[in-house]
Amino acid sequence: MKRRWLLFLLPVAFLGLALFFFERLSQDPADRDSALMARDFPAFEATTLADENQRVDQSLLKGQLTLVNVWGEWCAACRQEMPQLLDLADRGIRLVGVNYRDTRENGLAFLNEFGDPFAANIFDPEGDLGFELGVIGAPETFVVDAQGIIRYHHKGYVSPEDVRNRLLPEVEKWR
Amino acid sequence: MLTRILPEIGHFALIIALLMAVVQSVLPLAGAATRRPLWMAYGQPMATGQFLFVLLAYACLTASYAMDDFSVVNVANNSNSLLPWYYKLSAVWGNHEGSVLLWSLMLAGWGCVAGWWSRRLPRDMLARVLGILGLISVGFLLFILLTSNPFERHLPDIPADGADLNPLLQDIGLIIHPPMLYMGYVGFSVVFAFAIAALLGGRLDAAWTRWARPWTNAAWAFLTVGIALGSWWAYYELGWGGWWFWDPVENASLLPWLTGTALIHSLAVTEKRGSFKSWTVLLAIATFSLSLMGTFLVRSGVLTSVHAFANDPSRGLFILVLLAITVTLSLIVFALRAPRVSHAVRFNWLSRDALLLINNGLLVTATMTVLLGTLYPLILDSLGLGKISVGPPYFNALFVPLTVITCLFMGLGPMAQWKSTSPGKLVRKLWLAGLVALGLGALVPLVYRGEWNLWVTLGLSTALWIGLSLSRDLFDKVRHRHSIWKGLRRLSLAYWGMVLGHLGVAVTIVGATVVSQYAVERNVRMSPDISVEVAGYHFTMTELFDRRGANFLADTAVIEVQRGDSHRRFEMQPEKRLYLATGMPMTQVALRPGLFRDLYVAMGEELDDGSWAMRIQYKPFVRWLWLGGLLMALGGVLAVFDKRYRKTRPARLTQEGQA
Repeated sequence: MKRRWLLFLLPVAFLGLALFFFERLSQDPADRDSALMARDFPAFEATTLADENQRVDQSLLKGQLTLVNVWGEWCAACRQEMPQLLDLADRGIRLVGVNYRDTRENGLAFLNEFGDPFAANIFDPEGDLGFELGVIGAPETFVVDAQGIIRYHHKGYVSPEDVRNRLLPEVEKWR
Repeated sequence: MLTRILPEIGHFALIIALLMAVVQSVLPLAGAATRRPLWMAYGQPMATGQFLFVLLAYACLTASYAMDDFSVVNVANNSNSLLPWYYKLSAVWGNHEGSVLLWSLMLAGWGCVAGWWSRRLPRDMLARVLGILGLISVGFLLFILLTSNPFERHLPDIPADGADLNPLLQDIGLIIHPPMLYMGYVGFSVVFAFAIAALLGGRLDAAWTRWARPWTNAAWAFLTVGIALGSWWAYYELGWGGWWFWDPVENASLLPWLTGTALIHSLAVTEKRGSFKSWTVLLAIATFSLSLMGTFLVRSGVLTSVHAFANDPSRGLFILVLLAITVTLSLIVFALRAPRVSHAVRFNWLSRDALLLINNGLLVTATMTVLLGTLYPLILDSLGLGKISVGPPYFNALFVPLTVITCLFMGLGPMAQWKSTSPGKLVRKLWLAGLVALGLGALVPLVYRGEWNLWVTLGLSTALWIGLSLSRDLFDKVRHRHSIWKGLRRLSLAYWGMVLGHLGVAVTIVGATVVSQYAVERNVRMSPDISVEVAGYHFTMTELFDRRGANFLADTAVIEVQRGDSHRRFEMQPEKRLYLATGMPMTQVALRPGLFRDLYVAMGEELDDGSWAMRIQYKPFVRWLWLGGLLMALGGVLAVFDKRYRKTRPARLTQEGQA
């Protein structure tokens, strides 16, 4: 074959992919968040999931420590973490949801079925707020202190262990 | 006394297995390179020995689970004394360490079987195949021993009881889903070993495809069952009635399935026509590489997913290194040794060769589509170009048309002849099938629902097209015989395998189309004596009570269901369970399965006034999804047992051996 050297592009391309994986692997999730940590919650203006006439903005998150949970009806892991969120709400922690890339109808049906731990839900059908927050995929959970500053970012599913070992200590720390 | 040191025995057995795997890889490969029969002869006994020792290790871990030995960390974290015995046994692979051990056991098992079954292979070929399998085993056994030891102890503070198995995993679907999936993944390692051995030995002839085909079919059949079971499990256990979520982990299993499907087809061309050789080898390498990559993505935590195991960066790094070495080395071997195109085998643009080439092109495109969709968010994020999430809309928009086009060619393929087919003949045989498929596809939604639906027409026409063209082909094959029965019996198992495999695709398409278009879903509030109607069924809650199970407490509702005005009634019992050890609530769905529809009731949350939020769903034809998967797998199994691969083997191989 005349162009045999072209075949060597295959292992080279794969090594590139492997290096990319390596880079992802060596990234500590905490580092990835550093851009948001200790910053103000991004400014936004949106309607709530329950009421398309009710407008809310970042002042919703001021005055009291709040857990902001990004979720969607389409998101499998969100369903599984609802019991943990209900548990957090039972402990007197204020939760605000961001209904991410979802429809009103589906979102409300979800809350109806799996329970509603949220004091309010920001309706974010286009994922604009999610984008500002650097959300990779739902679910993600932020601890926002009473001044509206992001203090902790949990990516992915919140397990009962995460509640005990991560979220509750963070909440205590920033309350 | 012996029972108290079982974990240590298991650990020790794993170390011996690792040493045997080292011998199994080094000596036979070196022997094949230097033509030393004695060295080559080490392969098969070492493969058997390695398997027996991994089996011993696995048995020790299982025994620790069965005896509730909570001094073993793995048992303490994943089992509980209240757990029923069958879940104790399956809990062994319901966690990272145990599942890698199961994976290694299967790898050793496939290697052992390959050693016994392929003793008629030329000596150097067998030595290379076993050597390469041994190398892969070395990698995985090292992975277990260095990063994921399942025999670690909790000493001296032995927990009184275990933390319990994740309730989601306490289920029959989960007892069999991972082993099937792993059998598929790992089975492709045998095909991979054959491909690399053939490249190393320069023996890329029709014979190696003949050896590789049954292994490919078997691995593919396992993978198919594994994926179907996973989808079924997600459907009834995750509690919300979906069956495919384009979750990264699902994609990871779909990728090798797609290339494996392409491989099955390209092996056929290589065997029959001697063409596409390099391509076939590349597919064999790609399929196994994708299996490994799937494992990496799932276990490293690079992608987040419902299936994610507890992750640990050192493990991710280890698998990544393993993956990089395996894939890079095999691609380099491929680049160096891929056969020079000496004489191109000619074929017409309309021939079975060409159609199979198109099939391969489409399947590879589908693979790329899924791969890109899975990795794209990661890549963009890494380049700092913003964060996006790729969801079902992307996958459906690309995957659905690709499937339809593939199926279009799938109808033509079996009818076409090698080398060249006359277009006129093909049209003459198939115009009726095409017309009927389109006509029925367009009519059925009108009759069934009184409203035309593009997607249903598309799906049904595609499925009918496959079914009808297969029937036509069958008809042609038997009509010249004296009796149809004799004609049918003369057809080879491999042919029946193809028929079932393709039919399975058609059945799955019908299921996917109908359920995604005609499913009805309602969220209702129910309390005793409240009745609601969904899709012509009346659902009445008759009772609501608490009950205590083996390791959980449950709120149970009894729902009486009546169809229309008929007098037949039946009961469904959805539950909301609270698992005691973890405090984890779970939705136990009530399902009323049927060939043409499933009824699905899931309990949501208790509402303030004591009533319950319930999700009631009507899922027409949903069973067809998995029925199709089973048909496909059955097709794969039939093809494995085709007598061509057994009968002709000795004759061919003695020729090879002499040559």
